[in-house]
Amino acid sequence: MTAAIEVGGVSKKFRLYRDRPTSVKARLLSSRSRAEDFWALRDVTFDVAEGGSIGLIGENGSGKTTLLKIVAGILRPTAGTVRQRGRLAALLELGAGFHPELTGRENVYLNASFLGLTRKDTDRVYEDIVSFAELEDFMDNQVKFYSSGMLVRLGFAVAVHVDPEVLLIDEVLAVGDEAFQAKCVERVRRFQRDGRTIVLVTHALDTVRAICDRAVMLHRGRVHAIGKPDDVVREMRYVLLGVTDPNFVPEEGTREAEIDSVELIGASGPVELPLLRGDPLAIQVDVRASVPVDDLDVDFAIIDGATNYPVLDARTSANGIEIGPFDGRKRVRFRIGGFPYKAGKYWVTIGLGSRRTGRLYHVQTQRYTFEVVDAPRVQDRMDVAVDVDVEDL
Amino acid sequence: MVADADVAVRTSEPPRLRVVQRLHVLYAHREILLNLVRKELKVKYTASVLGAIWSLLNPVVFLAVFTFVAKIMHSSMPSFPVYLLSGLLAWNLFQVSLSTGARSVIDNSNLVKKVAFPREILPLSAIGVALVDFVLQTSVLLLFILASGYGFHWPELALYPLSFAALVVFATALTFWLSALNVRYRDVQHLLGIALLVWFWLTPIVYSGFLVQDAFGDRSLLGVGLWNLYLVNPLAPIVLGFQRALYAVVYPAGMPNPVLPPVSLGWLAGVLAVVLAASVLFLLYTWWAFFERSGDFAEEL
Repeated sequence: MTAAIEVGGVSKKFRLYRDRPTSVKARLLSSRSRAEDFWALRDVTFDVAEGGSIGLIGENGSGKTTLLKIVAGILRPTAGTVRQRGRLAALLELGAGFHPELTGRENVYLNASFLGLTRKDTDRVYEDIVSFAELEDFMDNQVKFYSSGMLVRLGFAVAVHVDPEVLLIDEVLAVGDEAFQAKCVERVRRFQRDGRTIVLVTHALDTVRAICDRAVMLHRGRVHAIGKPDDVVREMRYVLLGVTDPNFVPEEGTREAEIDSVELIGASGPVELPLLRGDPLAIQVDVRASVPVDDLDVDFAIIDGATNYPVLDARTSANGIEIGPFDGRKRVRFRIGGFPYKAGKYWVTIGLGSRRTGRLYHVQTQRYTFEVVDAPRVQDRMDVAVDVDVEDL
Repeated sequence: MVADADVAVRTSEPPRLRVVQRLHVLYAHREILLNLVRKELKVKYTASVLGAIWSLLNPVVFLAVFTFVAKIMHSSMPSFPVYLLSGLLAWNLFQVSLSTGARSVIDNSNLVKKVAFPREILPLSAIGVALVDFVLQTSVLLLFILASGYGFHWPELALYPLSFAALVVFATALTFWLSALNVRYRDVQHLLGIALLVWFWLTPIVYSGFLVQDAFGDRSLLGVGLWNLYLVNPLAPIVLGFQRALYAVVYPAGMPNPVLPPVSLGWLAGVLAVVLAASVLFLLYTWWAFFERSGDFAEEL
């Protein structure tokens, strides 16, 4: 498969000026400006396969947007090369070039031309754009009368009707209300199904896991991790906590015994849908020993996504269960009567080891996840005594 | 090796300006240019009651004022409004192109930072807007020439396209240069305002070109004739060309002196051809300079 984007050894240096002369006068009067070099990107290399979707993540200032701008051709690299195949559209800002005095219709045409559409192209998709943005009644109003939500919807509607082979998206999926966001994500998925290449820059790690087939994490301008979104996102979450582990291994162990599969089971089957707070939860681990092992200790830990602290853990040995020498397969089920922790994302780490030798067979760090939501606020009827008395006044 | 035109390569090297290829690129992006010009015109005129009439009002008011002034001052120049406007409209095109063009890149910094498109489009759109106004205003002048019975003079009118071409090319060249420079040094636009004021009076628009030729006569500075030195200002021959094309009459009846410099049409055409050729070379240079720098605009804004 050919690469749609090849980023080879790209570095970008910005000069940060302290008293940069911004006028001819200052230039003539001041002797020299003091400048400091700041490397926004250092030797970044990766490919994006044609039809692939890659997520670029990293903290603020890690160089994501700079990289995207270089790929888009807005900035020039200081060193290195970017090769990019196919028609490209970069959505670094929704509604780039929108002018408040122009009507919605005029802005659609203006914005579309920046994204590479001709007038004819725009004519063809105009109705779709309007209905996607749900602004049928407002297209002849000047956009200065639009709410910010309407502007964003119109901007996104134009953007998704551009028909590029390579689409660069910077933080623009997180717009609008939830329903509109879902619509946007659906659009992006359609781009994927049509075999478009997508580069997505975002802080929304869940979006990366949901949409991308690969992720690159930048840290201080360098590629810190690259690989499956789950693994890279997990590493990203470590970094956000200040734990930067250059030797991050999402999986480790001798693999004498292996985790075959893990299933999180809620009250009514596997937890794909969010779990209600207080509902029971079972963690079912299927283990396979490729060579006979003397003993097996299975443990899990549930980590709160908001704080990254473990809230619950357990192991078979601590519950008095000895799994003796075995080879072949076993199923271990941990049952939690009611998951009491507050609404949010939780991550699950599973480990296999030996009590006797202390060897780690297999650990999957925060590979699995589930979500907890609060129960709907409609309360059950209860028998509450009500006293009544009547008085003469 | 398969030449793959579809591959865009971005390196640290500023790309070389290849004129023909670049023209293709600009043509491919013409939609942006048209839309930007359309936008500017709309923004300029939609919120106003009179709309585009404002643009027409400018020469009409000028006509009225200068006819009045000419009467008061007992100006000896016959059909002074035609004389004035034929030069002034050319000057307006030049001045508006430069002053809005110089700001075009920084005024659109948001676009430059967020969207990849050929940056030349920004100064070009400023020139486009100035051209639309020029066409509107010129049609007022042409109507006036017809309605007032002044009429057109045929062999002279042939100078019009040549003067116009020289003006547009020269204005474009300067606009490219100024807009790129303005990104780095923001007071370029203020200096430009002063420079344009001086430049206006160095150009025979309000006064008669013949007076200059007469005054400078055979005098010379460091061996160069002053009159020739005066014509080094490209706007001088350009404006003389516009005047010769529309005002046309060198020796108006009943005037002791000519109004326009009494040079032959061929000589003026020759000077204009030189100005045009030099402007094309100048344009190639400023375009190249603009193109070289345009890769860093997003960073500098």
